[in-house]
Amino acid sequence: MAHGQTAPGILAGRLSSEEIETNFSDLHPPYAPHEAAVAADRCYFCHDAPCVTACPTDIDIPLFIRQIQGGNPEGAAETILSQNILGGMCARVCPTETLCEEVCVREVAEGKPVEIGRLQRFATDVLMGSGEHPFMRAEDTGKRVAVVGAGPAGLACAHRLAMLGHQVTIYDANSKPGGLNEYGIAAYKATNDFAQAEVDWLLRIGGISVECNAALGNGLTLEGLREAFDAVFLAVGLAGVNALRAQGEDKPGVHHAVDFISEVRQADDLLKHPVGRHVVVIGGGMTAIDAAVKSKLLGAEHVTVAYRRGASAMGASKFEQDLATSKGVKLMFNVQPRQVHGEDAATEIELEYTASVDGTLQGTGESVRLPADQVLKAIGQRLEGVPDALHLNGNKIAVIGAGRTSVEGVWAGGDCAAGGEDLTVTAVAEGRDAAMDIDAVLRA
Amino acid sequence: MADLTTDFLGITSPNPFWLASAPPTDKEYNVRRAFEAGWGGVVWKTLGAEGPPVVNVNGPRYGAIYGADRRLLGLNNIELITDRPLEVNLEEMARVKADYPDRALIASIMVPCEEGAWKAILPRVAETGADGIELNFGCPHGMSERGMGSAVGQVPEYIEMVTRWCKKYYDRPVIVKLTPNITDVRKPAAAAKNGGADAVSLINTINSITSVNLDTMSPEPSIDGKGSHGGYCGPAVKPIAMSMVSEIARNPDTLGLPISGIGGITTWRDAAEFISLGCGNVQVCTAAMTYGFKIVEEMATGLSKWMDEKGHTNVRDFVGQAVPNVTDWQYLNLNYIAKAKIDQDQCIKCGRCYAACEDTSHQAISMGADRVFEVIDEECVACNLCVDVCPVEDCITMEQMQPGAVDPRTGKRVEETYANWTMHPNNPMAKAAE
Repeated sequence: MAHGQTAPGILAGRLSSEEIETNFSDLHPPYAPHEAAVAADRCYFCHDAPCVTACPTDIDIPLFIRQIQGGNPEGAAETILSQNILGGMCARVCPTETLCEEVCVREVAEGKPVEIGRLQRFATDVLMGSGEHPFMRAEDTGKRVAVVGAGPAGLACAHRLAMLGHQVTIYDANSKPGGLNEYGIAAYKATNDFAQAEVDWLLRIGGISVECNAALGNGLTLEGLREAFDAVFLAVGLAGVNALRAQGEDKPGVHHAVDFISEVRQADDLLKHPVGRHVVVIGGGMTAIDAAVKSKLLGAEHVTVAYRRGASAMGASKFEQDLATSKGVKLMFNVQPRQVHGEDAATEIELEYTASVDGTLQGTGESVRLPADQVLKAIGQRLEGVPDALHLNGNKIAVIGAGRTSVEGVWAGGDCAAGGEDLTVTAVAEGRDAAMDIDAVLRA
Repeated sequence: MADLTTDFLGITSPNPFWLASAPPTDKEYNVRRAFEAGWGGVVWKTLGAEGPPVVNVNGPRYGAIYGADRRLLGLNNIELITDRPLEVNLEEMARVKADYPDRALIASIMVPCEEGAWKAILPRVAETGADGIELNFGCPHGMSERGMGSAVGQVPEYIEMVTRWCKKYYDRPVIVKLTPNITDVRKPAAAAKNGGADAVSLINTINSITSVNLDTMSPEPSIDGKGSHGGYCGPAVKPIAMSMVSEIARNPDTLGLPISGIGGITTWRDAAEFISLGCGNVQVCTAAMTYGFKIVEEMATGLSKWMDEKGHTNVRDFVGQAVPNVTDWQYLNLNYIAKAKIDQDQCIKCGRCYAACEDTSHQAISMGADRVFEVIDEECVACNLCVDVCPVEDCITMEQMQPGAVDPRTGKRVEETYANWTMHPNNPMAKAAE
């Protein structure tokens, strides 16, 4: 019944259910307790540890690893979660190879860091598996805060505000909370519906209500929120997607990679999820890699990531690049899309080689055509639907300090706000810090 | 390859590695496997008097202490002497010795502190052809409650008395196995010598409770919710054993008394260290119980290679070589001055030396920009803690200051001459010492 990998067009059921199950299982299986003990024992408990400095949420990593060593994973989890309430998801999706593990002294010395991410997952899995929520709300302050966007920044902000005693309402444009954790993270990094389980666990702090299918411009206005609430935190992410600006990009078969990833995440049955035979992903970030790997795992015969610069300029880390190539994805560098060819739908893509001339990237005139019945555009997202009242910094919401926008009583954080990398962990830090600032202002 | 053939009390064995009296040497089957694996000798698991044998507990006998990755560092046991009939053991010993005449076979014995008991068993042991006997005066659990084992080993007069009986009724070498559960090991060793012992072996196991189960509040190993102290052994006890061995080796009262070294010997290096402290051979137990008999191959090849490197052709060449360098604290040279030195190329910037020195020692390491850690010579007392906590071998070293240089900590010149506490002006006894 399977179509096989070589059937042309965009089809479902290229692989057997066993293959799909294997392909979409956990990328990094969780540690068994003994493995965790051995891994934890490698930590040197550094003084003023570089890993902590590298962590956007400043988790006390040596302490939590020592707590695992001491047989107290629940305590380890509390150490993690007190700094980063989404420590469970971050353990799965953080590019640790460019953060804590990159600066681990054992990485520097031996090329083999303490596996901080997997240890963090071990600890948070134990705690969340026990059903315990270790944080308590402070006495009700009577203050109400609106959080727009139930992604990592919004959730982190809401949890911290609730913990500090405020009443929080989170609005989200989608039908489920979680933001990119729910719709954007690669499925093989967050198996077993972890994103929703984490949201449910987080909400057990109490004092937070979630209203889905509501967004600025869709039932909400900034003015309305400012009137109804004592403070507003915007964590709306980047809802817009950039255009390819190549001929033929409107042909059937050309999709936004973020939509493709989201659909795969939300699919009830991956066997029924269609994918092309020849998939070409345009872009060089994490989204491009995730989309490419997913295409391959769904059974595409050939998957190519086409990036306009060299490997070192790629937004996706070396680890992500290696992950892609290990799954059979081909990485093409220094090529940019010129045209999507095909009668009724995409069949080929024409890529032009690029070179850096006087510091600017230019096409060389030479091009190559690849078979492509599916083209996935992953060339970045952009801010969309932001109220005019807010000042921008570049193409993001301008903020000063812990997320204060140009409008009084309105804070912003996460991908929609200027500054910081667009990472889950950065969003969590910004949400948390904005909550502390909102609390300080509301109590002033 | 250096020849490892060892002569201990006239008993030759193809190497100095004997299996200590313990579970690995409890019966013919094990001992044959040990000899096939290459062990130079065995001390057969302790024999008791004729009659119904002792019984062991029917729950766990062992408890353990682990390092990283469940590496076994210490083991304790509450097993008793052999729980098999005396005749069975004697028959097996005779058969094994006949089949392995080149290997050492020693009978460990523990019978009540009555002359008759020893007089009865010794001729029967002699008949097996065993090369000698070892008197178990060390077992710290079970048997000691019955007036045997360490109950004897803790009373030098008893040691001397029983040893004398053994020399009277037995004409082959008598080794006295000592317990470490005493305050001064020199006393029982001297007693053994006075009783005519040909050698002492040490250490037997140390009284221990390895852990407490915090749910049941029972010590481990737990028998129906209760625990009893056991005998501790394995790598963790090696430093204690070596200190005791060295005390006997350098004590004028026991000078020249042969020693069989026991206590946590796991590798060839451990064995070489014991031998350098005065042991004529070594006995191994926990390492074999942890890894099996095959480990003797590493021990034999490693020792042989090291001996080649050092130009030793026989184990006796280096027996006791380190003993003259074991001294009392008061004789250590106070004019020897060193400073820690950090090799910046090897440093991985973990900062453990800094934390250790800053929090718990002499604030003699600075932490600079970019995590550069440097020794402050003005504060460094050369305590060695930084060396000990550094995860990189040889990254931090202790460098001796040359005579004539000025120690920046004290502002004083480093003297060439040797000077110890007995001569030091701060010592109120200094004059008396001279």
